[in-house]
Amino acid sequence: MLRLPRFRYFVPRTISEATAMKADSGSGSVFVAGGTDLYPNMKRRQQTPAAVISIGGLPELRAVDFSGDGVAIGAGAILSDLENDSRIREAYPGLAHAIAEISTPLLRNMGTIGGNLLLDTRCNYYDQNFEWRQAIDFCMKKDGQICWVAPGSPRCLAVQSADSVPVLIALKARVLLVSAADRREIPLEDLYRNDGIDYATRKPEELLTAVWIPRPDGWRAAYRKLRRRGSFDFPVLSVGAAVRREGPRVEEARIVLGGVASAPLRLTDAEERLKGRPLDEDSIRDAADAAARPSRPMDNTDFSFLWRKEMTKKYVASALRALTGAEGGRG
Amino acid sequence: MSPPTRVVGRPYEKVDAAAKVTGQTRFADDLVLPRMLHCKLLRSRRTHAILRRVDVSRAAALPGVLAIATGRDLPIPFGILPVSQDEHALCLDRVRFVGDPISAVAALDEETANEALALIEVDYEDLPTIASIEQAVETPFPRIHDYGDRDNFHKLVSMEFGDVEEGFARAEKIYDDLFFYEGNTHLPLEQHAALADLGPDGKLTLWSSTQTPHYVHRALAKVLEMPAARIRVIATPNGGGFGGKSDPFNHEIVVAHLSRVTGRPVKICLTREEVFYCHRGRHPILMRARTGVRRDGSITAMHFQTVLDGGAYGSYGVASTYYSGALQTVTYPVPVYRFDGARVFTNKPPCGPKRGHGTPQPRFALEAQLDKIAVDLGFDPAAMRLSHLQPPSSITANFLRIGSMGLGACIEKVVAASGWKERRGRLPRGRGLGIACSSYICGAGLPIYWNAMPQSGVQLKLDRSGGVTVFCGSTDIGQGSDSVLAYVVAEVLGIDPFDIRVVTADTDLTPVDLGSYSSRVTLMTGNAALQAAERAREMLVAAAGEKLEIPGSRVALAEGRVFDVEDPDKGLSFVDAVIAAESKFGTIGTVGSYTPPPSAGRYRGAGVGPSPAYSYSAAVVEVDVDPATGIYTVPKIWIAHDVGKCINPVLVIGQVEGSVYMGLGEAMMEEMAYRDDVNGNVMHKAPSMLEYKSPTTLEMPEVVTLLVEDPDPNGPFGAKEVGQGPLLPIPPAVANAVFDAVGVRIDEIPVTPEKIARALKARAAGQPARVGPASFPTIPYPDAVRIPTPAEGGDGRARDLAATGAGGVRKADR
Repeated sequence: MLRLPRFRYFVPRTISEATAMKADSGSGSVFVAGGTDLYPNMKRRQQTPAAVISIGGLPELRAVDFSGDGVAIGAGAILSDLENDSRIREAYPGLAHAIAEISTPLLRNMGTIGGNLLLDTRCNYYDQNFEWRQAIDFCMKKDGQICWVAPGSPRCLAVQSADSVPVLIALKARVLLVSAADRREIPLEDLYRNDGIDYATRKPEELLTAVWIPRPDGWRAAYRKLRRRGSFDFPVLSVGAAVRREGPRVEEARIVLGGVASAPLRLTDAEERLKGRPLDEDSIRDAADAAARPSRPMDNTDFSFLWRKEMTKKYVASALRALTGAEGGRG
Repeated sequence: MSPPTRVVGRPYEKVDAAAKVTGQTRFADDLVLPRMLHCKLLRSRRTHAILRRVDVSRAAALPGVLAIATGRDLPIPFGILPVSQDEHALCLDRVRFVGDPISAVAALDEETANEALALIEVDYEDLPTIASIEQAVETPFPRIHDYGDRDNFHKLVSMEFGDVEEGFARAEKIYDDLFFYEGNTHLPLEQHAALADLGPDGKLTLWSSTQTPHYVHRALAKVLEMPAARIRVIATPNGGGFGGKSDPFNHEIVVAHLSRVTGRPVKICLTREEVFYCHRGRHPILMRARTGVRRDGSITAMHFQTVLDGGAYGSYGVASTYYSGALQTVTYPVPVYRFDGARVFTNKPPCGPKRGHGTPQPRFALEAQLDKIAVDLGFDPAAMRLSHLQPPSSITANFLRIGSMGLGACIEKVVAASGWKERRGRLPRGRGLGIACSSYICGAGLPIYWNAMPQSGVQLKLDRSGGVTVFCGSTDIGQGSDSVLAYVVAEVLGIDPFDIRVVTADTDLTPVDLGSYSSRVTLMTGNAALQAAERAREMLVAAAGEKLEIPGSRVALAEGRVFDVEDPDKGLSFVDAVIAAESKFGTIGTVGSYTPPPSAGRYRGAGVGPSPAYSYSAAVVEVDVDPATGIYTVPKIWIAHDVGKCINPVLVIGQVEGSVYMGLGEAMMEEMAYRDDVNGNVMHKAPSMLEYKSPTTLEMPEVVTLLVEDPDPNGPFGAKEVGQGPLLPIPPAVANAVFDAVGVRIDEIPVTPEKIARALKARAAGQPARVGPASFPTIPYPDAVRIPTPAEGGDGRARDLAATGAGGVRKADR
């Protein structure tokens, strides 16, 4: 059996206590909510924080607030609660679908939306036991120097693998980051950086407290996910697509790939191909064709990277097709 | 007609069901003893290397560490087969794969043991590595082992039954196809665990999640140099075995040694990663099948070649090699047959027996090739098989004796249930149906080590309380073998199976049973239990007859009573009958044992394949393929299995469904995949439950199980095996269904969406619509041992017996 290493464990009662604890404990500490990502990583010594600050029980992080100009979802909201929240299913069916695709029901009962947004990047040279990683002399993401995926790479190529992210970016979500000294709100897109190690722009002292999604206002989103098994598995290619139409024509489209780079990837070319056109097989084909080039998966997840690249077109087309119906499909 | 049964054939609960469903079964990892220490193994971080230095001094100095062992402490080799004693409890001077154990620590707790491992210093001197069959064939030196047939070939065999050349000459068409079956592993939910305790009496007890306590017992005695009589091995209920717990393992010997050194109980529970390193799973096999047929679809000759990727140690590999050529002949008549087999060593975790041991791979090749033949000759693949069935009570070209043979009924049932005739060819694009058949042994005819003793023994104790206890060395690995013992005895003694106590898998208390492997348990322990119970019954009948003043022939046992068949009101309770018997005979104890009938073949290698009986299966698989992506699902499977006779139909169906599930995982996704040059190492790509892709219950399609009961004279109540056989038709049926759906041949297991997409692309580009191996390496197979077939008047011996002295059964070859 793998055992957790020793660490200090803090349980703040409020957000301000949490950020204060973080400021006090310095860079060796991390926040944890559901723990479904962090604790297995700690057992494998992928992450070895000296202190863990548990924010999972903070009531102020759990709220789902529809009172404003959209919805503000507390970062500590439980995934299965969101997936089953009738208001979210109604307003953002694509998001509800994407959340329902995360892991398994049991883990969704523990995991939180904030945890999913900040999910550690994944790579099958990295997501291994300490002993396995020791045998390859580690990799640059933890304890080593080299990227085994592409030994010439100057940066880590671990993969962004959070199911909720592509759809949320497509829906123009924003996130709130709070520290002891400051608070700022940024587009979710800007939370990510295409670097498998330093994959989030969140400052170490910041706590992600909420994600805000604007009112749908004609936007509809869909999610498509490639994985080995329908029952669980991280995405090894995912597509979040959203369109806003006026009449038959697409006014605005946002298409985001997950699972092919260290950050979610906006497909601006593909988006452009849809603009001003009806969402039909012609425009979808054009958009899907434009999606293939920027999709450059590497050989560090399940399935061959060549096939994953090939599948990009099909999955982008499939996501867009889900948005063609009058109802926009389940998305 | 046999008389109607009262227990056998009924859907009784398993005797251990309540414990399992309430979480009270005590698995090995649940066991805790006072003063118990925890053991961890330091495993090799290099793939192939000489151990220059193993320095444990810093680890030994860590507070809380009580003992450390290295290879030198346990220098005697062991292994499951007498011919492959190539493992050490801890590596002596060489490591052969990443994960090979080097040193072991016993400490007060697991954390301390882990800390100590980090303090052990190992100097490795790297050797060239071998990652694949091709590399092994091309790399004669350095040898991974200094034994084996030559170079890095562990085993090379060739045998020819009858005049194969003449058989091919009679063929109207010859099909020559290459196939590959990737390795995969058992993935039991329970990780291996063991607890050893050297008692104050100097006797050693080992509890272990093993399928084969008897072989563990032998290995412990050998390596520890301790009299076997002072060692007791208790197999704990296995949380899944599937063949993965049927070798004696390093960790079992290590904890026994550490307990001896410290005088305290020592326990180990492997991590999931370590279970992947123990492996002993399905061999990757490259195969060439050359089959001659006449236009009616009958086979005139077959030449089957295999190369097995054995991994780093022998394990059951010699038997696996023979098995890859043994059962091709038992389903459809193959009048003359040649088999060339090879097993190579590679620097990967050792392969061994997994459910179907060595036979799912050739069965895949054979059934996929038959599908091609049927399509080519214009036959319905089901009808073609049905018109060429090996007859019951027959003997095959390689001298396997077939008893009952229900394959025809199996085919008819799946054809009818699946709507094969009406639906095949009329399904929408992307949908397809595939059929495949198979057969499996009901226990190996010969034991693993040569001896003339029974393969299974049962003792029965009856006493004046009316209590009946069955003692048997068999191990319940979830398949229900404890329950089968209770059902059989209850049937004979006319009592409730839940009134019986079953004591199994304890080398001190129970007579030897060789273990839960080769689908031998129901047939062999069932027969042994039957014999013991009938002997007890005779005593009860004699005593009760005397008491009731009627002849024994009129005494019946049923429903907890012993009574006069002609006047059922006149009788005794079962308790009173036992009291009468104990009064008459003294203490009541009976024994039963089972030894399989001698095999007909007497050539070298004839030890693998013979069995008291053969089960048969046929399956139809439906697939739904998306031609745009290659992604497919399996909406439904129909499977029929000839089990001879159900001892318990619910358990039979459970085994069928479990086999289908496991076969489907192999067919669709499971792979022991490696990366062959990471930091100079051959690394298992994903030794984890998450990344080793295996279907979950949610991926499991609807399975329609149809049972065929064609009783076999050698089975208890006619029963045959069901634990492994139903896995076999699934992989080929999936591949055949994919062909039916989208017209491409995937001659490689697993059949993944990527391969289907590649084959579809190839076809679109005007290339052959196939993904599979392109070439077969040149293998230095030996000259074939020639054995005339029964039809040619052969007596089971090799032709040149007198001249060369070869051809007799070489026991060690099993």
